[in-house]
Amino acid sequence: MTRRQLWLRFTAHIDPPLMLGISLLMLTSLIVLFSADNASFGQPLKQLANITIGLACMWIIANLPLHYLMRTAIPIYTMGLVLLIGVALFGEISHGARRWLNLGVMTIQPSELMKIGVPLMMAWYFEKHEATLTAKNYIVATLLLLVPVGLIARQPDLGTALLISASGFYVLFLAGLSWRVMGGLFVAALASAPFMWSMLHDYQRHRILMLFDPEQDALGKGYHTIQGMIAVGSGGILGKGYLDGTQTHLDFLPERTTDFIFAVYSEEFGLIGNMILIGLFLFVIGRGFIITANASTYFTRLMAGSITLTFATYAFVNMGMVSGILPVVGVPLPLVSYGGTSMLTLLLGFGMLMSIETHKKLNKT
Amino acid sequence: MNKHVELKNHLREIFYFRLRLAVGIGFVLTLMAILLMRFLYLQVVRHDYYQTLAESNRISVVPIVPNRGLILDRNGIVLAHNYSGYTLEITPTKTKGLEATINELSTLVEITPRDRKRFKKLLAERRNFESLMIRNKLTDEEVARFAAQQYRFPGVEIKARLFRDYPYGEQMSHLLGYIGRINQTDVEELEENDLAANYRGSDYIGKTGLEQSYENELHGKTGVEQVEVDSGGRAVRILSRTPPSSGNTLVLSIDAKLQEIAVQSFGNYRGAMVAIDPRNGEVLAFVSKPGYDPSLFIDGIDPQSWDELNNSPDTPLNNRALRGQYPPGSTIKPFMAMAGLHYGTRSPERTISDPGYFTLPGSGHQYRDWKKGGHGSVDMFKSIVVSCDTYYYGLATELGIDKIFNHLSGFGFGKKTGIDLEGETSGLLPSQEWKMRRYKQKWYAGDTVSVGIGQGYNLVTPMQLGYATATLANNGVAYRPHLVREVRSARSAESRVIEQKQEFDLKFNPAHYDLVRRAMVAVTQPGGTAVSASAGAPYQIAGKTGTAQVIGIKQGATYNESQVNERHRDHAWFIAFAPAEQPTIALVVLAENGGHGGGTAAPIARKVLDYYLLGKVPQPLPDVAEKEGEEND
Repeated sequence: MTRRQLWLRFTAHIDPPLMLGISLLMLTSLIVLFSADNASFGQPLKQLANITIGLACMWIIANLPLHYLMRTAIPIYTMGLVLLIGVALFGEISHGARRWLNLGVMTIQPSELMKIGVPLMMAWYFEKHEATLTAKNYIVATLLLLVPVGLIARQPDLGTALLISASGFYVLFLAGLSWRVMGGLFVAALASAPFMWSMLHDYQRHRILMLFDPEQDALGKGYHTIQGMIAVGSGGILGKGYLDGTQTHLDFLPERTTDFIFAVYSEEFGLIGNMILIGLFLFVIGRGFIITANASTYFTRLMAGSITLTFATYAFVNMGMVSGILPVVGVPLPLVSYGGTSMLTLLLGFGMLMSIETHKKLNKT
Repeated sequence: MNKHVELKNHLREIFYFRLRLAVGIGFVLTLMAILLMRFLYLQVVRHDYYQTLAESNRISVVPIVPNRGLILDRNGIVLAHNYSGYTLEITPTKTKGLEATINELSTLVEITPRDRKRFKKLLAERRNFESLMIRNKLTDEEVARFAAQQYRFPGVEIKARLFRDYPYGEQMSHLLGYIGRINQTDVEELEENDLAANYRGSDYIGKTGLEQSYENELHGKTGVEQVEVDSGGRAVRILSRTPPSSGNTLVLSIDAKLQEIAVQSFGNYRGAMVAIDPRNGEVLAFVSKPGYDPSLFIDGIDPQSWDELNNSPDTPLNNRALRGQYPPGSTIKPFMAMAGLHYGTRSPERTISDPGYFTLPGSGHQYRDWKKGGHGSVDMFKSIVVSCDTYYYGLATELGIDKIFNHLSGFGFGKKTGIDLEGETSGLLPSQEWKMRRYKQKWYAGDTVSVGIGQGYNLVTPMQLGYATATLANNGVAYRPHLVREVRSARSAESRVIEQKQEFDLKFNPAHYDLVRRAMVAVTQPGGTAVSASAGAPYQIAGKTGTAQVIGIKQGATYNESQVNERHRDHAWFIAFAPAEQPTIALVVLAENGGHGGGTAAPIARKVLDYYLLGKVPQPLPDVAEKEGEEND
């Protein structure tokens, strides 16, 4: 086998446009992290390690045939559910929330696993009952979604619960949930809002209230929002220039390598930079939609659609939170924020997209 | 035909799916459009506004740390307060060479090796970008000298800060505790309780004692100032200000003078004393000797002083009153007598003959009385007065461990008293179930025998014994002991009186209570074990002595005080309440290695009682307690 053949074999299941898009985003991550970490290589190098591990896992998933992928649905979902119950019973409390499970060798956050596990399970379920879909199937699928979401909301981790709900909802939506039911759900959600409000923890209410008047808690959570908006706003059209963000380098910005990394980017690269970034996100999302539209089976269509829409939602929620139109919910900017777990989860998702795209010809025959 | 339908369905399905997908695409495009509009608004329309905020004049949110609340005694004497002073502080990241800067500084202001060590320790545990103190309490002259040379020292500045001061020092150290610099553990705990915002800017937090237990009251609410700062970070203009509100003042039930007299009365003895007003649970004195200088801890203790305190054989950091666990010895006897009367196991008149030892039926083992040859014929009254061991060996055996456990736990033995100080230990009141759990062994009759005289598995804290004594003194009506009487708001005239509710009522039979009390009074009369306690007192003292063995004595051997290493000598107990008919004070004294309760502990109690009941201040204190008469236990 020549080197060229080897290379072809190695990249056979990598989707080039998607690979290009996510590579550019991850490159952006390294560049911005260098600035956010005060021109040091510390965090960028660690992030590079995260990316490497993530890409390796992505490659493995991309090379898995689709029926293997489907077979993982029940084990992943069940494991995630068991771990979530474990967290509820034995989890470690940190910052007033019970999210982590200590397994002796490492601590894990099972809600991360469910970001993949829930849509996977729901898509699998719909595929299984494809021929005879009735209202009952939608109800069962909804339950598959609500049980883990309820457990996560109880931790309490409202941000993750809402995002997993979104990814599950996307599966329901793409699987053809009737418009009338969705309208009804929307009305029901509005009607139950006062009740939900009373169920929230104080700090969660606080974060929502603060959105309307960040000044009122200028020392606490409002500080994040205020400083984030100042960073974005002062960036202007062209930005202050790389490594010249004053908000960033005078320590005004909190969590600037993780949840608020977009503020750093936006301050230094301005509106033009933001448009380029949104363009990059749209490119990746667009490719995801194309893969979805061409997907060969019911399962893969649902899965690909959900992964793509969820990715878009993450990007929107993070940027919306930093620029002050959404509450601070602790969602990283996908592929850009520093963090190993979210990088891994996202790249696993992209691995599935690639598998769906590159295995479809085989599947059709 | 069939195939055709299927295919058509399939195509239709795909069509519907793509329709939905198109809706999804529209949704995503809408979201992104919203974001772009938001960016347009922030970065173009409002750009000048945010530009102003960020670039030319940055708004800095500056926390204003509230003054910590005061702590006063019941008469308004200040026990903890704040004073302002100057500190010299270094921000390590802004200096050019830390070592060089400090050396240079030492030519201007005195910097001792101790200061350097403390600085090194602060450096190791600092939070980011903090300035760290190298010297505190600068004199005016030092301030002036440094100010003139400040331009040479980037990253070094003088700050005016409030310091905490404890005028009573060691005497109150175990009661008040101290504040110390906020460390990583504190930060995590604050974040967990969602208090981190209120501690922005705060450097100190209560670490032990009342400073810790009442941290929420004492800290106050942090204020905020929004200031414009120029590009160098200096404040130019104050934009808005929310003033801080000072922490609340704690008014204690402690009587500072009483505490002082109590501490002095101990002389060179180590030990503990707790005095309680039995009518309401107010703690009047709370002593644990030796104490330590709390001011050492405030800015981080230097390693040398820490080693001295931590390794001292006198364990000055151990809060004996709250956490020390000792066998109660004979002080348990009045409570045992109440148990015997309560269950009708022994009537007051029943007399036993004491040969000087007790044996269990069918066993050769002799449980010895402290008095060789015994006390002759002994009834319940006499058993307390002369502290007859043989009587209680028998009583305990007749009661059995279950009844003993039930009755003594009614007095609060084996449980935390619930006093408003953190870190209390719960002592140990043994039971069958406990022994099975702890030693995987069943309870033997022999175990019960020594419990009767407070020497078996029994352990009590001085706090517990004080509480039980107060409950006994107050005719079985218990009030939870507490130290803080009143919380006064610093800003308004508001004040919250902490009223103690009745915890429980043991519902004593009046005849039983009367007998035990009369016997306890007789303890302090000629013929009793603590004559010195009441000699010449114009009021009646009810008391009971006790001895807690530090080392066991072998069967057949005798304990000879003069031959025993001082630290292996017995601990001396004395519990008392007075005036006996209408008690207004109940107390417990523990003198470690003090030998006999009557000889060492009772005289200490007497001085405290004299001050409390008569206002008598002891004369320049004699070297504690010369032994009087034939006092033993």
